[in-house]
Amino acid sequence: MSIFRSLTLLLIALICAGSLPATAQESDPGRDLLINLAEAPANKVEEAVNAIVSSGDERARGWLEAYGNNRLSRVKDTGQVVLVLSNRGRDWEIANPLTAENMGEMSRRKLDRVAINNRIRGQLEGILAMLDLNAKDPDLREASAQDMMGKVDASLVQPLEARLEQEENAAVRNRIEEALAIYRVGEGNLEAVDVLAGSLHPRARAALNEAARSDDPALAASAAKALDSIEQKLTLNRAAETLYFGLSLGSVLVLAAIGLAITFGVMGVINMAHGELIMLGAYTTWGMQQLFPGQPGLALILSIPAGFLVAATAGIIIERSVIQYLKGRPLETLLATFGISLILQQLVRTVISPQNRTVITPEWMSGSLVINDALSLTLNRLYVLAFALIVFAGLMLIMRKTRLGLEVRAVTQNRAMARSMGIRATRVDIMTFALGSGVAGLAGVALSQLTNVGPNLGQNYIIDSFMVVVFGGVGNLWGTLIAGLSLGTINQLLEPWAGAVLAKIIVLVFIILFIQKRPKGLFPQKGRAAEG
Amino acid sequence: MWLTRPLQERSTQIFLGVLFSALVVVTFLHVVMPQDSALHVSAYTVTLLGKYLCYALLAVAVDLVWGYLGILSLGHGAFFALGGYAMGMYLMRQIGDRGVYGDPVLPDFMVFLNWDSLPWFWHGFDMAWFAFLMVLLAPGLLALVFGFLAFRSRVTGVYLSIITQALTFALMLAFFRNEMGFGGNNGLTDFKDILGFNLRTDATRLGLFIATGIALAIGYVICRGIVTSKLGRVSVACRDAEARTRFLGYRVERVQLFVFVVSAMLAGVAGALYVPQVGIINPSEFSPLFSIEVVVWVALGGRATLYGAVIGAILVNYAKTVFTGIMPDAWLFALGGLFVLVTVFLPKGIAGLLQKRSKARADDDTTTGQEATV
Repeated sequence: MSIFRSLTLLLIALICAGSLPATAQESDPGRDLLINLAEAPANKVEEAVNAIVSSGDERARGWLEAYGNNRLSRVKDTGQVVLVLSNRGRDWEIANPLTAENMGEMSRRKLDRVAINNRIRGQLEGILAMLDLNAKDPDLREASAQDMMGKVDASLVQPLEARLEQEENAAVRNRIEEALAIYRVGEGNLEAVDVLAGSLHPRARAALNEAARSDDPALAASAAKALDSIEQKLTLNRAAETLYFGLSLGSVLVLAAIGLAITFGVMGVINMAHGELIMLGAYTTWGMQQLFPGQPGLALILSIPAGFLVAATAGIIIERSVIQYLKGRPLETLLATFGISLILQQLVRTVISPQNRTVITPEWMSGSLVINDALSLTLNRLYVLAFALIVFAGLMLIMRKTRLGLEVRAVTQNRAMARSMGIRATRVDIMTFALGSGVAGLAGVALSQLTNVGPNLGQNYIIDSFMVVVFGGVGNLWGTLIAGLSLGTINQLLEPWAGAVLAKIIVLVFIILFIQKRPKGLFPQKGRAAEG
Repeated sequence: MWLTRPLQERSTQIFLGVLFSALVVVTFLHVVMPQDSALHVSAYTVTLLGKYLCYALLAVAVDLVWGYLGILSLGHGAFFALGGYAMGMYLMRQIGDRGVYGDPVLPDFMVFLNWDSLPWFWHGFDMAWFAFLMVLLAPGLLALVFGFLAFRSRVTGVYLSIITQALTFALMLAFFRNEMGFGGNNGLTDFKDILGFNLRTDATRLGLFIATGIALAIGYVICRGIVTSKLGRVSVACRDAEARTRFLGYRVERVQLFVFVVSAMLAGVAGALYVPQVGIINPSEFSPLFSIEVVVWVALGGRATLYGAVIGAILVNYAKTVFTGIMPDAWLFALGGLFVLVTVFLPKGIAGLLQKRSKARADDDTTTGQEATV
């Protein structure tokens, strides 16, 4: 009966919570915990903090954070503990720590700060991290365990070990073990050195460096050994990272050049407006994102066909209006298409804007793929790399397996003979040019995720693209792929010691010299077709 | 003598006559006409015309290799800029201690970058004769090395065009670097005087204009001399049928190399005269756009005529001055349109139109416009 009555009372209290907050707080254990903390004498503060931690209260983190930041105060009149939201000026904005409801402003004279000493403040970071270790999300737990590396002190060892017992997630366990090992290496524990030898985290290395300088010869020796093995792994990882960036840069070059490999390499048309077709593809992506605001991912996927179509249409117009009249005059084609590139650039400047446009990266493309502490691969570059390979494979399929590809090769090798076999050479010209231009549009869609989208976008890639095609061997798609990827990698390998600009200059000079040595590129076409 | 033969040609006589009378008329209008007269040519206009003449000389140099050798160089801006930098270095050294930082030896930008001594390649540029020699040698040497490698391995046609473009692009990137010691992004500027004459006085400007006109005349006569000599005929043969010329026993690559180096040196001289008149030289002169623009001047004027190059350069640059003054946005449209229209509808340029009109009298000029285009 009495239980029933007290429950009823509680119910009434809850219903009245809005009008009578005092009643509600009365039954909240948090209130006592906070008052306990506020009233604790210096030697009992630690106990009070631990009481809050072990209460398992979800709000504990906020309270302790506020406590560490001097944002926990007591109202002098009522003795209520409040959170200070803003302590600027004379009146401070305060909130109820239990319900998080804003209590408006109060004169700072009426408030009394809950004092904290430096020893507690130093421990608080670790304590907060401990709290996070209880989070439900394993990623959060892993992150907080990582935060604790190097911050573990004697007071945290036991709770951490207890946590380790309960933990089931392997990654989180690893982190906690490493965090403990860093502490133990500091204490001179030799076994902990072996634990750290497997870690690539900078804090683990810092701890080992410290140990290597210690007075204990056994510890110093084993730490030095562990450091050596870490250094080896790091070198490997750095090499992998350079390779990744090199391949990523290479994939951009391949994307930019592969369309040119079709128009220049296969058809023999020098299209200096190729870069501007790339730019059109990038602007299509921007335009699609304007059409579908709030859905950058959908817009990006739709831009793939759209970018292809826009650039291909532009390509057809260029072919029909100019290039067809300049057949067999490559140098004139070069000049005319250069003129077209100027017109397209200025068109974008006039119609859209001379400023760069921002293209949003969808969520699933941002962030990075973490392999280990020393190596993480940015996702957008990974996607572009994959996209480049897919585009390449698609083009290979078209050139090798479809009727269009067959006709293109026939017209390239012997135009007159192909025509007498009933191939409509003019139509093949248009289709080939449209294909090459469309691929440039695809490159633009991909590039919009990596660089600024502006009127000069294409200009920056045109010389590189020609270099890749010429280096790889004109008329050879495989050559373009290998040339692009290797030039990208060479560039990245040079960058650390030469700097970005000098690396680029060295690569350009290298290609210029290479062409002198082998004028037909890496993989020259054999036979009579090469003479044409 | 190959150099005096052109002077007996009617076309050269006409060209030189027009050029010199233009110089005399401009000088007369500038010096004699009172300031408020409608016919007075201001110092600004004189400098502007001087700039056009520099461009004309550059265009003649490009026409020599493109029109008579069949090499479409998209990197002649590099030779122009190298000559300009050689002149700029001389002018920088002439500033002496009158710079902002007042250092007697180091140019301002070096003081700004905290350099304590002059880089080795800046030595000697305080002497005019050395600097003027470098105006010829710097572009000449680059052309010699580049041409030697390229022609020996028979890189021709589109490939050569693309690597000349890559060359000037690489040089542009290099000169943008502060570490190169050429003033980086800002280039060389704030010149005070040349050979002791103050660059800001009208008299010096007029002098530079006349000097440019004379340089153009000499450059034209040299080119004309080359193309009418036996060497010039071999060079035209290389243009039209390189393999056949080689089989006839001519050392094609030597001819190509000689003409290419001469052309580069002419471009260097044009750049050197350009810098004191414009007052600045920076890496943008190396930009591939500038080099390819020069080719369009030549294409508009008419390939393989030399005087067509001069007409094209002056016309396009006059149009550029007018356009960028009235409606700057439209200039790139106009230039782009010019590229397309000239190549599609006017393959022989303005000179081609002129020749069509006076075809009956053109029989003395065997090398112009008659050959099949490459």
